[in-house]
Amino acid sequence: MIDALGNPQSLLVLGGSSDIATATARRLVQARTRRVVLAGRPSTRLDAAAQLLRGAGADLVEVVPFDAEVTDTHGAVVDQAFAGGDIDVVLLAFGVLGEQAAQERDPSLAVRTAMVNYVGAVSVGLHVGARLRSQGHGVLVVLSSVAGERARRTNFVYGSTKAGLDAFSQGLGDALQGSGARVLVVRPGFVRTKMTAGRKEAPMTTTAEAVAVAITEGIRSGRHTVWVPARLQQVMALMRHLPRGLFRRLAR
Amino acid sequence: MSDPARTVLTGWGRTAPTSATVLRPRDGDQVADMVRRAGPRGVLARGLGRSYGDAAQDAGGTVLDLTALDTVGVDAETGLAACGGGASLGQVMQAAIPLGWFPPVLPGTRHVTVGGALATDVHGKNHHRSGSFASHVRSMTLVGADGEARRLESADPLSQATAGGMGLTGIVTDLVMSLRPVESSFMQVDTTRAPDLDALMAQLEAADAAHPYTVAWVDCLTGGRRLGRGIVYAGDHAAPADLPEPERAAALRFEPPTGLPAPTWTPAGLLNPHTAAAFNEAWFRKAPRDRRQQLQTISTFFHPLDGVRGWNRLYGHAGFVQYQLVVPFAEGGVVRKVIERLSSARAATVLAVLKRLGASSPGPLSFPMPGWTLTVDMPARGRDLARLLDGLDQLVADAGGRVYLAKDARLRPELVAEMYPRVGEWLELRSRVDPHGCFVSDLARRLGL
Repeated sequence: MIDALGNPQSLLVLGGSSDIATATARRLVQARTRRVVLAGRPSTRLDAAAQLLRGAGADLVEVVPFDAEVTDTHGAVVDQAFAGGDIDVVLLAFGVLGEQAAQERDPSLAVRTAMVNYVGAVSVGLHVGARLRSQGHGVLVVLSSVAGERARRTNFVYGSTKAGLDAFSQGLGDALQGSGARVLVVRPGFVRTKMTAGRKEAPMTTTAEAVAVAITEGIRSGRHTVWVPARLQQVMALMRHLPRGLFRRLAR
Repeated sequence: MSDPARTVLTGWGRTAPTSATVLRPRDGDQVADMVRRAGPRGVLARGLGRSYGDAAQDAGGTVLDLTALDTVGVDAETGLAACGGGASLGQVMQAAIPLGWFPPVLPGTRHVTVGGALATDVHGKNHHRSGSFASHVRSMTLVGADGEARRLESADPLSQATAGGMGLTGIVTDLVMSLRPVESSFMQVDTTRAPDLDALMAQLEAADAAHPYTVAWVDCLTGGRRLGRGIVYAGDHAAPADLPEPERAAALRFEPPTGLPAPTWTPAGLLNPHTAAAFNEAWFRKAPRDRRQQLQTISTFFHPLDGVRGWNRLYGHAGFVQYQLVVPFAEGGVVRKVIERLSSARAATVLAVLKRLGASSPGPLSFPMPGWTLTVDMPARGRDLARLLDGLDQLVADAGGRVYLAKDARLRPELVAEMYPRVGEWLELRSRVDPHGCFVSDLARRLGL
């Protein structure tokens, strides 16, 4: 259960080896979280994340194979995660960035990005939503992105997948209204992680740790949307309404 | 995906909402039927929702609103009251006082059901003399996990596990309790100010020796010399001879005020360290230094907060937590440490109450034990409060004390066994009477009960 001060006891991470997920899970384990299910593609990184959480004080860390692209397995993965008891927080943290130029040359690469970031998230998100509804409580945290707020020339494939994911998550949150469960949409700007390593940093670049803090505070406060850093909300409110030509030149 | 039958529930502190299917049985047979039909996420009784945390919620399950089982029958000769499990202590007062009888134990509000009072084994200002609620319950009808109603005498182990058992042993559809005789609906109240904690504790101890009802308000925001200053209230039931002439004719008249509603919306930061300190200063100064034998109505003395309907809304959107601890008399120093930490954390405590408890009840999960009990309300704001209260839990557990589960909304589950050493015995009995966990609550899930 999530207690009166916003501390959950159990966590399912979808995309368990992501830097943001690991940082978030560690913060939650340092508070009240004792049971963690890490779902992701089997890798040494995933095992290392599990080991790190055990060291941080989790009583039970389970690793479950999960592939966002293989949607017909999602029901079974979610069932397995919930078989050990209620899950208070589900963190949907998987996603790929892809190379925009390569995606334009080879559309199959763009399709893969869309499959993982959008189709996979829709599939597993609906499975999770049904579970949270029937248990009558819980928070689904969805890692969206400012890139979904307005498509940019330099990463519009990725941006469009996040736009779809963001819209889906808002709708799922509305569908869960009154069920005791809710959806928290997290919109970070450029985050310094392994996914973005080597890329040119944008203004207001943030860290996985800062996103983790925003997520745990978002769970606590009951908000439905958080931006990281928070002032991106105002910046994007402006950017969204800039004339197209001006935005194109600004956001190169 | 819509499910219109679900209702979102919280406790009185308005934190940690979850949803359940709420049903309203009209009699014991319907209760039994609903228990038999309970789904995989179980069933739980709920009364008037005055537990502060998640004790009366069952996320995804079935919650039985028992308030339709509200019959009250008082035998004017014997002083025995037969009550439906959903009857409130306020209803008992209205039936009993005109006949010259009074509930044996009253918590800080009359808006609690007798079933809830038993499930949390409530105590009142007379605990040092009269013990907890369960010690005045003679018998009860308990609907078990098999849907069978059983009549239990108070000495039955299942009856004792139900007293303080947080509703997890079954559903009490009716009970019989013994009332105490009274001659009027007035109290004679002594009020004394104490300049610091040592004086407050000494005055409270002295008051316990002389009066059946005692309690102290304590200021948890002042520090230094004035740390733990407060006001001691001590009461006795007034005799007709104590009343002014016009009141004597109707000495047993009881008309509780309906109260004024609190505003439905309040700004989030209304109760902050500054407003709380200002309130506490005014509250302390307005109290008389030393006033003897002032006549007060029962409602004024026992239930001042019932005068503001929905006062829990004053804490705003984020809600609040109430923290109640008890430590043995020998560990009274812990009370000072707790107040020091609350004061230096500026935890915006307005309603803080100190009381000396008497003997324990036989219930394995019953809260009261001989010692000092301190109760504080705080706005439910964030990580710092979580750390502060975790620290207080440890102080309390190390001193051999405990926190009250009816108030709890955030205890670390590992501490339950330390604070309630007989929890193993209780769990064993419960697994025998309810092997599949039919009766379950959010509190039970959170604490592993």
